[in-house]
Amino acid sequence: MRFAEEFRSRELVKSIADRIRQKCQKQWTLMEFCGTHTVSIFRHGLKSMLPDGVKLVSGPGCPVCVTSKTDIDKILALCDIPDAIVATYGDMMKVPGSKFTLAEKRAQGADVRVIYSSYDAIELARENRGRKVFFIGIGFETTAPSTAAAVRRAKEMGLQNFKVLSLHKLTPPVIGALLEGDCAVDGFICPGHVCSIIGAKPLEPIASGYGKPCVVAGFEPGDVMQAILMLVAQLEEGRSEVEIEYVRGVTYEGNSNALKIMEEVFDITSSEWRGIGVVENTGLVLRGEFADFDASPYVPQQIRSEPDPPGCKCGDILRGEMLPPDCPLFGRLCKPSSPIGPCMVSSEGSCATYYLYARSEKWMNL
Amino acid sequence: MDEFIRLAHGSGGDASKSLIEFLVGKYLKNPIVESLEDSAVLEIDASRIAFTTDSYVVHPIFFPGGDIGSLAVNGTVNDLAMVGAFPLALTLSFIIEEGFSFEDLNRLMESISRTARVAGVEIVGGDTKVVEKGSVDRIFINTAGVGMVPEGMSISSGGARPGDVVILSGTIGDHGIAVLSQRQGLRFETTIESDTAPLNKLVEAMLEVTHDIHAMRDPTRGGLATTLNEIASRSQVGIAIDEDKVPIRSEVLRACEMFGLDPFYVANEGKLVAFVPESVAPELLESMRKVDTGKHAAIIGRVTAQNEGIVLLNTRVGGERILGSLSGELLPRIC
Ligand code: SF4
Repeated sequence: MRFAEEFRSRELVKSIADRIRQKCQKQWTLMEFCGTHTVSIFRHGLKSMLPDGVKLVSGPGCPVCVTSKTDIDKILALCDIPDAIVATYGDMMKVPGSKFTLAEKRAQGADVRVIYSSYDAIELARENRGRKVFFIGIGFETTAPSTAAAVRRAKEMGLQNFKVLSLHKLTPPVIGALLEGDCAVDGFICPGHVCSIIGAKPLEPIASGYGKPCVVAGFEPGDVMQAILMLVAQLEEGRSEVEIEYVRGVTYEGNSNALKIMEEVFDITSSEWRGIGVVENTGLVLRGEFADFDASPYVPQQIRSEPDPPGCKCGDILRGEMLPPDCPLFGRLCKPSSPIGPCMVSSEGSCATYYLYARSEKWMNL
Repeated sequence: MDEFIRLAHGSGGDASKSLIEFLVGKYLKNPIVESLEDSAVLEIDASRIAFTTDSYVVHPIFFPGGDIGSLAVNGTVNDLAMVGAFPLALTLSFIIEEGFSFEDLNRLMESISRTARVAGVEIVGGDTKVVEKGSVDRIFINTAGVGMVPEGMSISSGGARPGDVVILSGTIGDHGIAVLSQRQGLRFETTIESDTAPLNKLVEAMLEVTHDIHAMRDPTRGGLATTLNEIASRSQVGIAIDEDKVPIRSEVLRACEMFGLDPFYVANEGKLVAFVPESVAPELLESMRKVDTGKHAAIIGRVTAQNEGIVLLNTRVGGERILGSLSGELLPRIC
């Protein structure tokens, strides 16, 4: 594996910061769509290097945070099926459903396994042929291909006890949905890993249709700063284009193999996003020929989820309309050790990131 | 000899007796423990003693660079060393799951006696319980220890003062990553080894240079960030750390990136941070670097009067941010 040391050099980052300062004349609000970018921005202290004219807000790019409570309740319901093994990525364990988290469910005796890849779930199904293994497919276009590959593998192996609950979500259309609302964002820092799969092309409607420039960025501090510079330059010059900063990972057309397998296994459908609502064309369901591996038929029809805890502003935060410290519960009742909303649970959630890296008064405003 | 631990080994009867005789006779030979009395009687020539205890539940129990046994000895030795005490004696207690193999028990005992020898402490007592399958995960260990505190010594986590420099004894994150690398399902090949080691020799070398150590801690669970925050808030000072001065192995950094971990929060088991007046720092560093556990010692930051209770990080790329303490759980059961 190659590491992008040069994108981490102090000289490079500083020189980009200087150029942003020279370029930036007006006030611009940029959204980093993805939680990984949020973490990188905070971890490297990048906000402290930006001029006052550039404001960053976090977007709905943490897959755990945007999973609706109904979907969590569906997973919890799968745990109740006799002999079920529920296999999930670790981040899901602490997200509150209506009544419990998965961790609590496990403490009550449910067989919930934390896995690190979709192939671990295949392995589980192979070792436990007498039991149903429900794999919780979660994530954006980054993880969807590996879920698709696992489903195809299960079909080849005839692993009838392997079932997928697909909660996968697609990113470009949800940016459109945000812009239909009250989102006062001028440009988007777009996720490099998602675009390494789908390419930069699907962002065109955002740039040309909505007139909001998009720059696909990598995750090193130099990448993020360079993307901010490219966005500020576009905005100051009155352009609105799709540009790729992360040229070492992303092409305009994307990864055709990954796209092909997604297409082979999934159909596109609507999906419910926490804080945003149901958005057309942002969900993935298994296609008919893979119906044997679909966990949906095992989910009880009537799931009545309880409303979000009063006072939690996750929705506003996920839409980029509010910053975590403005939530009245932030840092008081809601902390990573006792989270109220999902944005405080995931390590890439905005509230958790602000809590970890910018807790005190002085630093909140950055 | 049995191959596996049975419940009878914890029953208090003959099997228990033979297990204890095996453990003590083979690995822990010293007159105090061999007497098999109900309490160890220590002859101590000190007016102040340090006294501490800790339990170890790490999973898996064997990992690159160490095991639950060496961890249990080093952890308690280090807790004593951090207040400037000279570790004297430890007790060692096991809670063992029925079915645990004698082969593994042998390996652990070997490691325990080797580690105690390196640290120069004696194990003078202990206890063994066997519980039903499923009641514990293989084996849990508790150690308690006493140490002598020299006259006039007072090192705490609340004594850091503005103007102090922050010295770290070596690289961060090795232990947490070494354990993580062995977790089922992660399967990553690595040469990273746990840094588990006794720090008392290092502390002795430091105390030969100066007794003017204002604060000291070993950053274990929660990592360096959490320890620095504790010291900042207990000492009511600010701390500014330079990220590029903090020693870290490139393999550790790489593994952290792979798993989305921040090395500042990853556990260490053989490192210390010390807060000392700037004037003694050069000499102190020089003598620390002569000890194996202090080879990579470095000044990583300083104490400020402003920003009370807050740790600031000057990031490698030239930014500035808070280095908060860990809240919630990073990695389960790494010590
Ligand atoms: S601070 Fe907590 S309650 Fe407030 S928006 Fe964030 S997660 Fe929700």
